[in-house]
Amino acid sequence: MTQRPLLTLQNVGKVFGPVTVIHDVTVSVYPGQVQVLLGENGAGKSTLIKMMAGVYQPDSGHIVVDGTTVTLPNTRAAEALGIATIHQELNLVATMSIAENVMLGRMPTRHGLVDRRALRQQARAALALIGLEIDVDTLVGELGIARQQLVEIAKALSIKARILILDEPTAALTRHETENLFAVMADLRQRGVGMLFISHHLDEIAEIGDTVTVLRDGEFIGEVPAATSEDELVKLMVGRGIEDQFPRVSENLSEAAEVLTVENLTSTGLFSGISFTVKAGEVLGVAGLVGAGRTELIRAIAGADRYTSGTVTVRGQHLPKGNIKAAIAAGIGHVPEDRKAQGLVLDASVNNNLGYATLASTAKLGLVDFAGQRSRASAVAKRLRIRMHTIDQPIGALSGGNQQKAVFGRWIIAASTILLLDEPTRGVDVGAKVEIYELMNTITAAGGAIVMVSSELPEILGMSDRILVMRDGRIAGEISAAEATQDAVMTLAARDVDETHEQR
Amino acid sequence: MSTTTLPTPRRGLDYKKFLANNGALVGLVVLCLALFIATPDFLTGQNVLNIGIQVSTVAVLAFGMTFVIVAGGIDLSVGSVAALSAMSSGWMFVSAGLPGWLALVIGLVVGALAGMINGLANAYGKLPSFIATLAMLSVARGLTLVISDGRPIKTAPEVSFLGGSLGPVPMPIVILVISALVASFVLNRTVIGRSMYAVGGNAEAARLSGLPVKRILVTVFALAGLFAALAGLLLAGRLDSAQPQAAAGYELDAIAAVVIGGASLSGGLGRISGTLVGALVLVVIRNGLNLLNVTSFWQQVVIGLVIALAVGIDVLRRKTRNS
Repeated sequence: MTQRPLLTLQNVGKVFGPVTVIHDVTVSVYPGQVQVLLGENGAGKSTLIKMMAGVYQPDSGHIVVDGTTVTLPNTRAAEALGIATIHQELNLVATMSIAENVMLGRMPTRHGLVDRRALRQQARAALALIGLEIDVDTLVGELGIARQQLVEIAKALSIKARILILDEPTAALTRHETENLFAVMADLRQRGVGMLFISHHLDEIAEIGDTVTVLRDGEFIGEVPAATSEDELVKLMVGRGIEDQFPRVSENLSEAAEVLTVENLTSTGLFSGISFTVKAGEVLGVAGLVGAGRTELIRAIAGADRYTSGTVTVRGQHLPKGNIKAAIAAGIGHVPEDRKAQGLVLDASVNNNLGYATLASTAKLGLVDFAGQRSRASAVAKRLRIRMHTIDQPIGALSGGNQQKAVFGRWIIAASTILLLDEPTRGVDVGAKVEIYELMNTITAAGGAIVMVSSELPEILGMSDRILVMRDGRIAGEISAAEATQDAVMTLAARDVDETHEQR
Repeated sequence: MSTTTLPTPRRGLDYKKFLANNGALVGLVVLCLALFIATPDFLTGQNVLNIGIQVSTVAVLAFGMTFVIVAGGIDLSVGSVAALSAMSSGWMFVSAGLPGWLALVIGLVVGALAGMINGLANAYGKLPSFIATLAMLSVARGLTLVISDGRPIKTAPEVSFLGGSLGPVPMPIVILVISALVASFVLNRTVIGRSMYAVGGNAEAARLSGLPVKRILVTVFALAGLFAALAGLLLAGRLDSAQPQAAAGYELDAIAAVVIGGASLSGGLGRISGTLVGALVLVVIRNGLNLLNVTSFWQQVVIGLVIALAVGIDVLRRKTRNS
């Protein structure tokens, strides 16, 4: 590369307390190129991004912009140098119009009042930078995620951003929306904007990237061209072959009894006509795109939401609609999609969080069984190797993987035999991931059944005995583990999606 | 790998932790010391009993409020519900001619029912607790005026007994101690009490864990109503009559007491002991300022500043602990 990079993090390091999260990493962003940052969760990607954005300061090494060493004490300083970050959680005000959002903080005024005409004009000019034609008076909250993202990119460009950091922008997009985004990125590339791109979808790397920087456990592993094969990228990223990344030990299911039967389950507008069975000892993977109705299906089975028609049967016994308590009594445990918002009381202790599902069932005369609860929680924390100072520590202070293990632990204490997992390893680091997979093996070996919704295809392929693929609220097909490939799953998941699932 | 791979904090630091977690108590002690030095009238037997009597109403109201705030809500209606309960009790005794003990029980039931309606409106009607109880604040006060036609009603002797004395000890103080113990027991030992923390901390997580969130909320507000009724009866007992404007504005004292006691308005945090200390801080300040001949106008200014200061320190403390 002969060009001078726009931005370089030169041998940077970052330490939080006793933990080194980044050690001696160098990464550059070149004009007109898409630099991909690749690594497992916890590899240090977000820490690096935050250094570029002025949120964190490196403890060693330095930051070079246009050949000059700079310090970025805050995000304002980074913005002044033309560095903009498009976060996963977008920084837009849903109740304000597109124009107001784009011009937020620099509204044009006349005589101290907002100059509405100039506001619209300047906002339209900003949107034109990426060829987005849309009424600027529309409220941002009325747009889909994909459009919101584009509005945010337009806003960044309109404040003269030359370096765009895109943190998993495609995570919540459909295939078609992703292609739109890539078209915009290709256009920006033509105009010399440097981009740093993060994605967990390996197939997108070759499609949009130029060079890939691989991180593992906070260390720089290597820089390879984006055309590198996916297997090779995984090996670099994980540091071992993919075989032992998914240590699934399948049970012999020929004699196994069916424990969960779902028949014709329909919830108007969300999913319809869903039927399947799960046997004791089986892991049923549920694949599909975001919005295909997977989470809604799992929640309906768990009793979290009501459904319109159909039946859920556990070991021959019908479950009432929308009754979480009955589902739990029948042996169902639900590990929800969003651990922090739905799974845990973050300010409460590990002990309490482990005990919520059994609080009432273990009580005597309405009084909490504190001693029993504590010993059960300690035992399960030890068994699941939940790393913590004490069991009375607020659970919010633990790492994502340990928090997730605690959600599992709650159902282990409740002696649940059917686990409904929704994105069980989202935001969990590599080590804890494998521990969760091994836990799934233990559960199925003991005769438990698992239904696992996941957007991580390798995880679906690696850990399921059988795979259901959902599309637009229906089952698009079923594939056995033996014959499943990423292509086979994606073909089922995404067929026709461009026509039916598009653009509001 | 064991669960204790990381060292636990040393024992020697525990007193610091105690002070950090009991800032309001430290404040109360300092306040009492200062008043003790400033005026000889502060630490007399009569004044201490006075403080005890004055704190009883606020504290009993605030105990009920603690349940609500721990569960992530707010109850603006407790002052009005206190008045309505006392007035209903008085009416049952004087106009309906019921026996005094029954009139007392009916007063408590009216409070619990009013609270339950708050809870139903909040849990099933999806009204924010602020709005549901704001409505009840008005409705309950209005009903109090309707029942009484704007005039005080004599209370039953059983109710007056609540405002009297048990030997040398004023009954309000006895009631205060008993209700503190009961409230603390409910909050700390029972399933419903522990569930309140879970609901206030994260209602959705509590629901998905199988806790009956709606029923818990109804119970929480009913308890707040019950404690409000008790406070109302205490107040009426002291005056031997139920006043139509009794306890007006007391909800703000109750909320202030809970918050000074270290509870978080976003829910999931709070203790009865803290609330008691919070109520004492409010009453001791008022009492002290009275002894020092500060006008009631200035007292309001001081109380306001104390609330802001107490919560400000608390916010700061949590921020430094988290970083």
